[in-house]
Amino acid sequence: MDHFGLWLAAFLTLGIYSFLYKDNPWYKLSESIFIGISAGYWVVVMYWDNFYAKFWLGVFPNEQAVENGAEPDYWLLVGGVLGLLMLMRLIPKIGWVARWPLAFIVGATAGLWMMNYITSNCMSQIQSTIMPLFGADYSASIGEIIGNLVVIIGTFSGLVYFFFSKEHKGAFGATARVGIWTIMITFGAMFGYTVMSRMSLLIGRVDFIFGDWLGLIR
Amino acid sequence: MKTRMVEILVVILIAVLAVVAYLGKIWGWHEGFVFSTSVSLAVVILIFASLIWILVRTLMDKLVGRRIVFLYVGIAITLPLFMSIEQEIVISDEVQAIYDELEQLQPGSKVLVSLDYDPASAPELQPMAEAFFGECFKRDLKLIIMGLWPMGPQQANQAIDTIMARMGLDSTDVIYGEDYVNLGFQAGNEFVIQRMGSSFEAMFGTDYRGTPYQDLPLVRNVNNFSNIDFSYNISAGFPGTVEWVQIAVDRFGLRLAAGNTAVQAPTVYPYLRAGQLVGLMGGMSGGAEFEKLTHLEGKATTYMLSQSFSHIIVIGFIIIGNVAFFRSGRKSGLKE
Repeated sequence: MDHFGLWLAAFLTLGIYSFLYKDNPWYKLSESIFIGISAGYWVVVMYWDNFYAKFWLGVFPNEQAVENGAEPDYWLLVGGVLGLLMLMRLIPKIGWVARWPLAFIVGATAGLWMMNYITSNCMSQIQSTIMPLFGADYSASIGEIIGNLVVIIGTFSGLVYFFFSKEHKGAFGATARVGIWTIMITFGAMFGYTVMSRMSLLIGRVDFIFGDWLGLIR
Repeated sequence: MKTRMVEILVVILIAVLAVVAYLGKIWGWHEGFVFSTSVSLAVVILIFASLIWILVRTLMDKLVGRRIVFLYVGIAITLPLFMSIEQEIVISDEVQAIYDELEQLQPGSKVLVSLDYDPASAPELQPMAEAFFGECFKRDLKLIIMGLWPMGPQQANQAIDTIMARMGLDSTDVIYGEDYVNLGFQAGNEFVIQRMGSSFEAMFGTDYRGTPYQDLPLVRNVNNFSNIDFSYNISAGFPGTVEWVQIAVDRFGLRLAAGNTAVQAPTVYPYLRAGQLVGLMGGMSGGAEFEKLTHLEGKATTYMLSQSFSHIIVIGFIIIGNVAFFRSGRKSGLKE
C-alpha cells in the first residue's frame, strides 16, 4: 500500500507539472482528480463539523450530551431556516429569497467586525506610525532613525498619492511620486515573498520526487 | 507525428529510469547521492556561465522560450538538494524575538499553538511547527494544540512524531495529556477564537481522540486566554494570524507570535511593527532561522540552498527579460 501511495502521488505530481511543457490529458486527469477530491473532502467536512456537530446535535442533543446536562438550543433553527433560504437560489422563480440570509450575513459580519478592524487595522497602525523620530530619550541608532524616516515619509507620501481631489502638480505632485515609488517598492517586496513561497512549494514536491519516491537524495 | 513519437519516448524513458531508481531504493542498490563540494561548485559555475550565455544571446536578439526558464528553475531547485554546500543563515530580529520569548517562559508554562494550514503549505510551515514543538519540549513548556483548519491538528501530530523521533524522545519522555494535548479542529473560523475568550471547553468539549476536556490534566484548569502564557499561530491564510491578532490579541490581550507563508508575511508585518505580534517567522527562511536558533536543523535549513539558488535564477531571468524588453523598444521583430 505504501508503494501504491508513493507511485500515485508521484504520478499526480508529475501530471500537474507536465502542464509546464504543454496542456495534455495527463495534466487534465490530475487536475480533475484534485478538484474532485477537494470538493468531496469539503462536503464531508462541512456536513460533519458544521451541519451535524453544530446544528443537528445542537437542536437534538444525543444521550451522552443530555447526561452531561445539554439542552436543545432551538435558536439554531433560525440559522437553519436562513441556511435553507440561501439554497432557494437554486430555484430561479424564488431565487430572490436568498437575498434575506445574505443581507443578514453582510449586516451581522459588518457589525461584528467593524470595531475589530478599526482597532487592529486602523488605530493600532496609526499609533505605530506616530513615533519619536530619534527614539525615546534620543536613544535610537542611525539605522532606527532612517527606518523611522522611511515609515513617516512612506506613509505620508502614500496617502498623498491617493488624494485625488487636487491635481498632482508641483510639490504635491512630487510628494505623490514619492508615494507611488513607495507603493511600487512594497509591491516588489510582496512579489519577492510570493516567489519565495511558490519556490518553497516546488522544493517540497521536488524533494518528494527525488527523496521520498526515488530515494536519490541522501 | 514525429514530435508525438519523441514525447512518448521521453515519457517511457522517464518511467523506466524512475522504476530503476525506485527498485534501487527498495533493494538497496543505492543509498542516494550527494555531490562533493568541488563538483557542486563546478555545477554552480556551469549554470551561471550558461545564464551569461543566454544574456549574450539576448543582446544578439536571440530570445529563449518559456520552457527554458522553467527548466532553469527546475535545475536550480533540484541540484542543490544533492549538494554538500552549506548556506549561511542570518537570524532576523523578528525570529530572535520568538526565541527570546520562549527563553523567558518558566518551565511548565502553557503555550497555545494553533495550526491553521493544510498539506498544501506544509513545505513552508511544517518545519516551523517541528522546530517550535521541539524547543517547547526542551524547555518543558506545555503545549495546547488546536486548529482552525480541518487538517491543522493532523499536521501537528505529524510534526510531533517527526521532532520526537529526531530528538530521540518517546511517549514516556513527552506524555500526552500532561506535556501536550491536541484539542483538534473546530469549525467556526474566527468565532471559535472569540468563544475561546470566555471558555475553551465550550469550543473543545473533547480532544481529537474523543477524551473529554475535563479528563485532560493539562487543560483541566484552563478556562480561557487568561490561563495561557504564550501563543503561537502557524497560518497559511484565512482564518489565521490576522484573526488571531484582531480577536485574541487586541480584545483579550493574548501574547502571540506567528509563523506565516511567505505570501502572507507582508500583510502581517504591520502587526509586528505595531507590537501586536511578539515575533514572526516569514516563509521558509523564517523557519530556517528558527531551526538554527534552536539547533534543530531540519527541512527548512536543507531547503534554503535550493531557495537561494532559485531566487538567483529568477533575478537572472528578470534581468535578461528586461534586456530583451528594452532592446525590443529599439528594434522590432525579435524571435525566440
